[in-house]
Amino acid sequence: MKTDVILAGVGGQGILSMGAIIGLAALEEGLHLKQSETHGMSQRGGAVVSHVRLSDRSVYADLIHHGQADLILAVEPMEALRQLPFLKKDGYLITNTDPFTNLPNYPEIGKIQEALDQLPKVLKIDATDLARDIGHAKSSNIIMLGALSAFVHISVQSFEKGIETVFAGKGEDVVEFNKQAFHLGRKVALTTV
Amino acid sequence: MKPELFLGNEAVAQAAIDAGISGVYAYPGTPSTEITEYIQQSKQALDRQVRCNWSANEKTAYEAALGMSYAGKRALVCMKQVGLNVAADVFINSAITGVNGGLVLAVADDPGMHSSQNEQDSRFYGKFAMIPVLEPSNQQESYNMAYEAFQLSEQSQLPVMLRLTTRLSHTRSGVLRREVLQPKSLKLPQSSKQFLLLPIFARKNYRHLLEKQDLLQEWAEQSKYNFFRDGADKSLGVVCCGLGWNYFQEVFADSEIPYPRVKISQYPVPVSIIRKLEELCDELLVVEEGYPLVEEQLHDFFGKGKPVHGKLDGTIDRQGELTTDKVGRALAVIYDEPFSVPECVVPRPPSFCMGCGHVDAFKALDEAIASYGAGHIFSDIGCYALAALPPFESIYTCVDMGASITMAKGAADAGFFPAIAVLGDSTFAHSGITGLLDAVNEKTNMLIVISDNQSVSMTGGQDSAAKDIIETICVGLGVDTRHIRVFVPLKKNHEEMVQIFKEEIEFEGVSVVIPRRECLQKAMWRMKRNKTK
Ligand code: SF4
Repeated sequence: MKTDVILAGVGGQGILSMGAIIGLAALEEGLHLKQSETHGMSQRGGAVVSHVRLSDRSVYADLIHHGQADLILAVEPMEALRQLPFLKKDGYLITNTDPFTNLPNYPEIGKIQEALDQLPKVLKIDATDLARDIGHAKSSNIIMLGALSAFVHISVQSFEKGIETVFAGKGEDVVEFNKQAFHLGRKVALTTV
Repeated sequence: MKPELFLGNEAVAQAAIDAGISGVYAYPGTPSTEITEYIQQSKQALDRQVRCNWSANEKTAYEAALGMSYAGKRALVCMKQVGLNVAADVFINSAITGVNGGLVLAVADDPGMHSSQNEQDSRFYGKFAMIPVLEPSNQQESYNMAYEAFQLSEQSQLPVMLRLTTRLSHTRSGVLRREVLQPKSLKLPQSSKQFLLLPIFARKNYRHLLEKQDLLQEWAEQSKYNFFRDGADKSLGVVCCGLGWNYFQEVFADSEIPYPRVKISQYPVPVSIIRKLEELCDELLVVEEGYPLVEEQLHDFFGKGKPVHGKLDGTIDRQGELTTDKVGRALAVIYDEPFSVPECVVPRPPSFCMGCGHVDAFKALDEAIASYGAGHIFSDIGCYALAALPPFESIYTCVDMGASITMAKGAADAGFFPAIAVLGDSTFAHSGITGLLDAVNEKTNMLIVISDNQSVSMTGGQDSAAKDIIETICVGLGVDTRHIRVFVPLKKNHEEMVQIFKEEIEFEGVSVVIPRRECLQKAMWRMKRNKTK
């Protein structure tokens, strides 16, 4: 069982911690994995992408090839669309609908909606709103991670362990609300799909 | 033992600690930065008192590592590919001196130029210096090779290069660790002449280096990292180097690999293994990340024989990072691409953080020089180079560390006015200082702006070697104190800044203006780090 996931967003939106949590969770499950990260220049408010490859067999390439990703998970809708060439025909696109508009020429949100709606399998989540609802605006990326969990063969326990490890340095309450965010995202995905 | 999750760079760092290094020397540079950062944050390294501060530049880093090796201990030195150009002087000479304690150079290349000025392939430097080069293909190999490289270095009495690339450096995977070794004890080189490259001794050393080549060749032929695997379809033989091996295997992930193939991860190129492939197959394809190093050599070996394909004949695109798609295409495997990027998607380039001090400094500088027209600012490598992009587009050069000052000087020498250099605190320490000395000596009519954000921000907020002593350095180099001007780059100081820039442009001679305000990200990183400590 192999799952190739593209994580997409903008520098500073928490893609690195999402990737690290998936990596830790996958290792906990005894899966083979490769998870690439973006560092350096592009992080300064630029587009960021991470390729995550999970499998019960050996994983060779560090990058997913075009047309082969099972999932695109994006914390920003235009960045989701940017990664479309990687998506499989029957792959799922899961995205936060809240645009990150640090550009003067950010496209009209209607155009983005339209492009998203043309896809056969798409799950749109207003994770920013949900995060605000639970009082932790910064946890929208973990809400999206929770949504992802509904699509991959990794147990909730392993994800929780990953969250604990990644946020351990920031105190117990941070771990707790991120777990809460994770479960919220997971529930949304399970009830809508 | 259970595998642990490591970034390729972290695997190298952990391996070096486990192999008993006494120090790591480096200047930050993407994609190599995390090697040193990992060691700085490692409790194991702290307990062992592994020396791990940042160096002023790659040359000083390499020289210090060579000194540690001279003293008999194991040392790691890390840099990115363009950093090796800075250290090239000592690097090439260190192959002639040889080493005492194991010396490993981890150099991370950046094919695809994710955050670099070029795509240069460090394997050429390794070949040029005639030392062993190891090129891991995955995170476990990164660990294993880094761990074994110290012994290889001691055995060959040569520095060993570990060549990494962005993808390997910045991909995480599970890695199994090995036994933790004790650091070596102090021990002087056996020969008191070994590190003396005076011509009479250097000639002797160079002869030794040449004599070692057969041995290095033999080791590469026998290395467990270089091997041949047979395949049924002899129409093509494939040579894969480092990461290329992964992409090649990926193309056939769900089926048996039809072609005979060779994997190369230890250099010099193992000729006999490739010869075997060449004899068996009708044509050859070389899959390598970076420049066509192996491909060129195959042309040399077998040039009059069978066709060799790769980057030289365009079978694989010569520019950019290797991908499965590229390798697949070279093997005539075509992938479906059911979706394409919708038209509404626009590029999202990196940009200054909101409220960054560089922005306020540039706004004032741009206003101060508006009447002179465009093209007067020579920039350097750092966040401030983002001023090349809209809405600023006010810088015209960004070439190598330190070149802002020296290029502006050259232009000033040519009679260009105003000639203005903009660089950061860390770049100034890295290689701006010597350029400033030239300018002072010749009383060049130029303005140097050291936009001091008290941080190496492009790579994650490391401290600069000139932290808190920039003015002292400038005075020491002979800049007139009346023309060293410091201010805080904030919107509310705009008029004052414009005025100061104008005055110093008008002054005939060297002036240094220092806008100083801590990088916003650095402040955050600093707070985070203090918290976790
Ligand atoms: S990282 Fe620091 S120096 Fe770089 S753009 Fe952001 S605030 Fe400015």
